[in-house]
This record gives sequence, structure tokens and C-alpha cells, in this order.
Amino acid sequence: MNPAASVIAFTSLSGLGFGLLFWLGLGFPAVTGWVAFVFFALAYLLSVGGLLASTFHLGHPERAFKAFTQWKTSWLSREAWTSVATLLVMAAFGAGLVFAGIALAPIGWLGAALSLLTVFTTSMIYSQLRTVPRWHQPLTPVLFLSLSLSGGALLAGMTSVAPWLLVVAGVIQCLHWWRGDQALASSGTTLATATGLGEIGTVRSFEPPHTGGNYLTREMIYVVGRKHARKLRVIALLLMVFLPAVLLLLPFSHALAALAVISHLTGVITSRWLFFAEAEHVVGLYYGKRT
Amino acid sequence: MTELPGETTRKLGLVIDLDTCVGCHACVISCKGWNTENYGAPLSDQDAYGEEPTGTFLNRVHSYEVQPDIGPAQLIHFPKSCLHCEDAPCVTVCPTGASYKRVEDGIVLVNETDCIGCGLCAWACPYGAREMDGAEKVMKKCTLCVDRIYNENLPEEDREPACVRTCPAGARYFGDFADPESNVSRLTRERGGIELMPEQGTRPVNRYLPPRAKDRMAETQTPQLESVGADLPGFLGWLDRALDRL
Ligand code: SF4
Ligand code: SF4
Repeated sequence: MNPAASVIAFTSLSGLGFGLLFWLGLGFPAVTGWVAFVFFALAYLLSVGGLLASTFHLGHPERAFKAFTQWKTSWLSREAWTSVATLLVMAAFGAGLVFAGIALAPIGWLGAALSLLTVFTTSMIYSQLRTVPRWHQPLTPVLFLSLSLSGGALLAGMTSVAPWLLVVAGVIQCLHWWRGDQALASSGTTLATATGLGEIGTVRSFEPPHTGGNYLTREMIYVVGRKHARKLRVIALLLMVFLPAVLLLLPFSHALAALAVISHLTGVITSRWLFFAEAEHVVGLYYGKRT
Repeated sequence: MTELPGETTRKLGLVIDLDTCVGCHACVISCKGWNTENYGAPLSDQDAYGEEPTGTFLNRVHSYEVQPDIGPAQLIHFPKSCLHCEDAPCVTVCPTGASYKRVEDGIVLVNETDCIGCGLCAWACPYGAREMDGAEKVMKKCTLCVDRIYNENLPEEDREPACVRTCPAGARYFGDFADPESNVSRLTRERGGIELMPEQGTRPVNRYLPPRAKDRMAETQTPQLESVGADLPGFLGWLDRALDRL
């Protein structure tokens, strides 16, 4: 799949932002007044910034509000609802902390639950697609949630749990890559089933429908950069998990913490780039690109 | 609404005969011709006369080579457009309700004024039947020529999809799969019409008729020529030996 910058930015940034909102909702760190304002501002910048980036990806952003209508069937529509609900509930909770110095705990818990639900709905947009076997596995939501929880803990300055959550996310990431590498083969979809000609013999793409590219080849049959995938996976793991975990285990300093956050974010973006660039859509079979 | 209807009254769709299709791409052109000036936004092209021409098409013809265990390879032309699936994943993923499946005839359509151009439906379709238009930024797909098949301003014989009407080989049939006695149902039954990617669970309506078994060429070929032996008699033999000695 085409790793569009807007979608990578959206899922990485808003994942972190909602992760931070989750911890804030539970009262970690227990902050009030100006300090609370800074934490909430950061969380909103990330989550709202991510959501705005995702609307750049739309052909008609001016009609984006219509995306609220189909929550009964569409995960994208559900994501629109959960994200707005989270932002509103957490705004009420944050206002209590910042302006009145009181923690309305039940509202915070509700906001925390909604934050996770938002990340879950985002992951289901990808995980629901049977057409992309690498994404169509239960580990996809687990991966998104674990990254969001660990990144959020990192931003919330929870130096005791964050390193372990990062390690868990790293393990899940490796499992996701491992399962993902076998997903297309085990999906059972091949050029033989795609054409129904497998009964006659071995099918090979002889000639594509046209000499140039089209929307499908650009959007779904993206192959650039796959050859560096192994190296990028190592880089992603180092930046996303290893380096931040080590930095957090060192004696605390703000500079090291900031470095840990930057490293983690860069790692998540690398991992998300791979998530898209490595994903094989079955339509590629018709174009002879998946063998 | 992007909830799929439980059952549609009719199931309109196409049968494509892979035995007959000659790969002329006439259906591709007539489809583009009709659909660029009728239902919805035009099918735009980008850089049409330049280095990297590209454009929106609702129907495209692939060609595949199939090598049987015995006998020569076969070349099979393979037109592909929306299969108007009964369990259309493209419809249920749509966040706006722009994509829908009609209860009355099962046609899958996009309401372009509701489409936000998120592209998710094209990701959900395993067949590559949806393309985002490069100029209008809305999703385009085969409408089964919904603006022809019911159009009383057209002569009776033109009230079928443009691709079917145009196919010079007669490789395309249009009809109602819900009626067991329709042309398409009978063809599917008699010729063993195939469903593409059944494992994707989309339950496509359109069916493809597999190529008929080919004549066994090897059995009807002229016997191979006797090999020209080393010990030829007469002049040729002498020449052969003389050239060898050189
Ligand atoms: S062929 Fe693709 S676009 Fe058409 S109904 Fe099926 S899934 Fe949807
Ligand atoms: S591109 Fe348009 S029709 Fe397709 S899912 Fe998005 S809003 Fe619906």
C-alpha cells in the first residue's frame, strides 16, 4: 500500500496523543493548574494534529462531517465518533484539573476508556480489510494499542512502567511482522483463485491492461523501498523500543526524557511507514505483482 | 445507508465468456465513452498526451498465460469490472453512506455528492474495481450502466450496459441472476461459470465462463520430419562429408 505521509502522521501522532490522554484520564501524572495545562495541550496537539492530518488525505475534506453517519457498519465512521467523544470528555476532565484544581475521577476514567476505544477503532480500519492479509490479523489492534499505551506512558513521564510497556510493544511488533510475512500465502488468495483459471494450469500475468500506471497501481501495488525492509525493521525497533527504554532506566533528566520521546516517535513513524509499504493488497495479483 | 440489504429483489450482473473474448478492449473504450458523459463526474485523464498518461477506467482487460500440464500454453483475455458483490465489503466500510447497494436490482453505486474521497472502499475491494478520479477526487466504479438499462429514451436494443452492447465477439451477457431461467443463470449453469476469489467472501454476482477444453494439437499435427542422418547417399552425402573434413 502507498505509505501516504498524511496517514502515517495521523496514525503515529494521534496514537501517541490518545495514549497520553489515557494515562492523564487515570490520573497519571496527578497534575493540576499550569502543569496540567501543558500536559493536556501536548495531548491535544498530537491527537487533534493527527486527526487534521488525516483529513488532508481526503478528496473532499469539506464534506468530512458526513463521515459521522455510518457508525453502524463503518469503522472509519466509528473512529470519527470515538475521537470526538474522547476529546470532549477529556476536555471536561482537563478543565477541572486546570481551572479548579479538582480531578473529576469518573469523567477521567470514561475519557481513558474512550481514548483506548479510539485507538482500537483506528486499528480496525486496517485490521478489518481481508484484502490486505498482513493487516487482517488480531495482532493489528494489539499492536496499535500497545504502542499507544507505551508511548503515552513515556509522554506522561511514567519512568517506572514505560520501559516495560515499550518492551511489550516491541515483542508484539516482532510477532506482527512474523505473522504478517506469512499472511498473504496463508490467506489462500492467489492468481489462480483471482482468475479462476487455476483448474487449467499455471497462471501467469502475460500483459497488463495498459502500459502506464493507474490509481490502483499507485495506491495499492506500491513496492518502492521493500528491499530495505529488514534494515528499517531493525532501525524501527531500536528507536521505538530499545533506545527510549534504556534512556528511561538511566537517572532521570529532562534532556534524556525528551530524547527518549523523539527517538520513540521517530521509531513509531518508521514502523508505521513499514506497516503501509510492506502491506500487500490482493489486487496486486491481477497485475502479476505478488508472486 | 451502508448496511447491505439482506436480499435484493433482482441480481443484475454480467457473464463474461473467457472462451470468446478476443482481447480487443472495445468494452473498455465504450465504457469510458458512455460513462464519461453520463452518470456522475466525468472519467478524467491526466497527462493524456504526455510522458506518463493515466486515467480513470471502470473496466480493464488483463491478459493471462495459462500453462496446462500437457499441451501448449493458452492466452486468455480477462476483462474486469465491478462484480456487484452480494456481500460487498466496499459498501460496509464507507463512512458516509455514499456507497450503497440497491435493494431493487443489487447494483452497487456511489452517490458522488456524499463521497469524501477517503479511498477506503477501493482498499476493501479485492478486485480493483474502484478508482478515485484524479480530477474530481470522488470514487468511480461500474454502474452497470444504470442510466442505460432503464432508459426509455433509448431504443430497446440499447438498454443494456455499453460494454455488452459493444462487444464485437459477443463475449458479454447482461441479465438477472435471481431468475434461474435468465440467459445469465442458464449460461452459468451450463458452462460452469466461476466466481472470482471465493475465499474473500464477497459473493460476487458476475460470473466468468472458463475457456472450453482445447483441441489436442499434438495428435493432429503432421508427423515430425525424419531426422537428416549422417550417412546421406549421393551428392548431398559427399558434400556433408567434404564440409566435415574442412
Ligand atoms: S467488485 Fe469490488 S467494488 Fe464491486 S461490489 Fe464487489 S467489492 Fe464492491
Ligand atoms: S471514497 Fe467515497 S464512497 Fe469510498 S468509502 Fe470513502 S466516502 Fe465512501
